[in-house]
This record gives sequence, structure tokens and C-alpha cells, in this order.
Amino acid sequence: MTRSVIELTPTDTDRRIARHAAAAIALTVAEAVIPLPLPGLKPGLANIITLAVLARWGWREAAWVSLLRVFAASLLLGQFLAPGFFLSLGGALASLGVLAGAMHLPRRWFGPVSQSILAAFAHIGAQLLIARLWLTPHDGVFYLAPILGGAAVVFGLINGFAAAALLREPA
Amino acid sequence: MRPPATWLGLLRPGDYAVVAAGIALCVYAGFSLWRGGAPEGLIVRAGGEIFAEADLSRARRIAVPGPLGTTVIEIEPGRARIATDPGPRQYCVRQGWLTRAGAVAICAPNEVSLILTGRGGDFDSLGY
Repeated sequence: MTRSVIELTPTDTDRRIARHAAAAIALTVAEAVIPLPLPGLKPGLANIITLAVLARWGWREAAWVSLLRVFAASLLLGQFLAPGFFLSLGGALASLGVLAGAMHLPRRWFGPVSQSILAAFAHIGAQLLIARLWLTPHDGVFYLAPILGGAAVVFGLINGFAAAALLREPA
Repeated sequence: MRPPATWLGLLRPGDYAVVAAGIALCVYAGFSLWRGGAPEGLIVRAGGEIFAEADLSRARRIAVPGPLGTTVIEIEPGRARIATDPGPRQYCVRQGWLTRAGAVAICAPNEVSLILTGRGGDFDSLGY
């Protein structure tokens, strides 16, 4: 019998993505401990990592980190393919979409804080849409919009500050 | 990670604008979504037919004829009520001021009804 050996050689990029994804996963699992006053209301600390990776290594790596985080964290929390997973995935995809545009804003004027808040709004926007179309087919879910929007500003600001502070460190 | 000397130093000019726009969006959403239930106008029906449609901007009275006599509807900015009705039990009069969209006062004996219109009515339709 011939032993077939598939050898995967991870590149430096692979290792970096894995390292950042691990940090993002740890943050997601850690914040899952915090009780939520409202469904969908949480700090989204993992986005600090996404923002830092975006600024330093580009959108492709940020997308890898963000999506690996969504899948792995949902597996760890037993949420994989549950409604929360799809909300999380939809929010992450929308955020990445907005960040793809926001990263081209002039650096002199817009920093990680802007990107963080814009991404947070994209996140809750996508989640409200998914909730409205699929989970709670009633316009009542939009009554949550102002509260979730307020959370997007506050947590977007905090995460943006954290990302900006991280980015002052050497890589 | 060292904490920065001043956290505000991490903000760039456009960031302030984004924060302000975010807050403005939330306030606007709050006002437009949570104001639900404010009535926009009223519809008066007599004998099942629409007798009058009006807005609630200024105070006035509408006299509606019915089989028993005249029902008087009183309108004030933002609210309306049945002021007098010839019906025997006066249910619609004792209902008092109607202030929410979808609120109804029905004077069944005199076949007069008063409905406040607007977003967020509590029922789909009304028939006799």
C-alpha cells in the first residue's frame, strides 16, 4: 500500500491569519460570557482585530480573519448553523463590504474609529434585515433599530479606539 | 500595549463627523420609529358610508345626521371625540377623547362611527 502524503506548507501569511483569527475567536468567546440585555446587542470586540488587520495587512486578510472567526467561534459556542450564526455571518459579510469601501477614505481625515462605526452600522443593518426577512417577519424588529444604532456608535467608538491604539504598536 | 497619552489624539477630523452622523441617524430613527400611534386624520361614517374625512390640525365640530338625530363630533388638534349623540346608552360619548391612530368610537344606534387614521392602526377593517 502506498502511503499518500499530502503536505501543506503554511506560508507566513497563513500563520499570520491563523494568529489573528485565534485572537478574534478568543475575544468572541470571552464576550459571549457577558449577558445581553437585548438580542443582538454586544460589543463585537473581535472587530478590533479585523480593523487592525485591515489597516496593516489589507482587506483580503481581514476578510479571512473575520470569516474564520465567525465559523470557529460559532462551533465553539455551539451556535453553528443556528440563527445566531447566520446573523453573525450576515453581519460580518456586510461589515467587510462596507470596510472594502471605507478603507479607501482619505487616511488623513478618517481613521479606524470611522471604519469601526461604519462597519458596526453595516453589521446591525444586515442583522436587522435578516431578522426581518427570516426570523421575525414583522416590522416590529425595526423598533430595535435606534437602540442597536446607539450601540453601534458606542461600541464602534470603543473598538475603533482600541484598534487605533493597537496600530500605534510596531507590527 | 501602552495606553496613548490622549485618547482623543487617536481621532481624526472625519471621525468626529462619522460619530455625529451616527448619533444623528439614531436620533432620527428613534423619532420616526417610536412616534408610531400619533393620529393623522379622522374618518366619520354614517350608515356605513363615509360622511366626512378631516385632519386633526384645527379645532372644529362636525354635525352628522343619523336615524335617531344628530351626532356631534368635536375635533381638537391631535384628538377627536363624540361630543353628543342621541343614542340611549351614550357608549360612544363616554369613550371620551380618541388620541391614537386606529382608535374607534361607534354610536351604533345612530349608525355613526369615528375612526382616527394614521400609521399603526390596531385592526384591519371594520364592517357592520
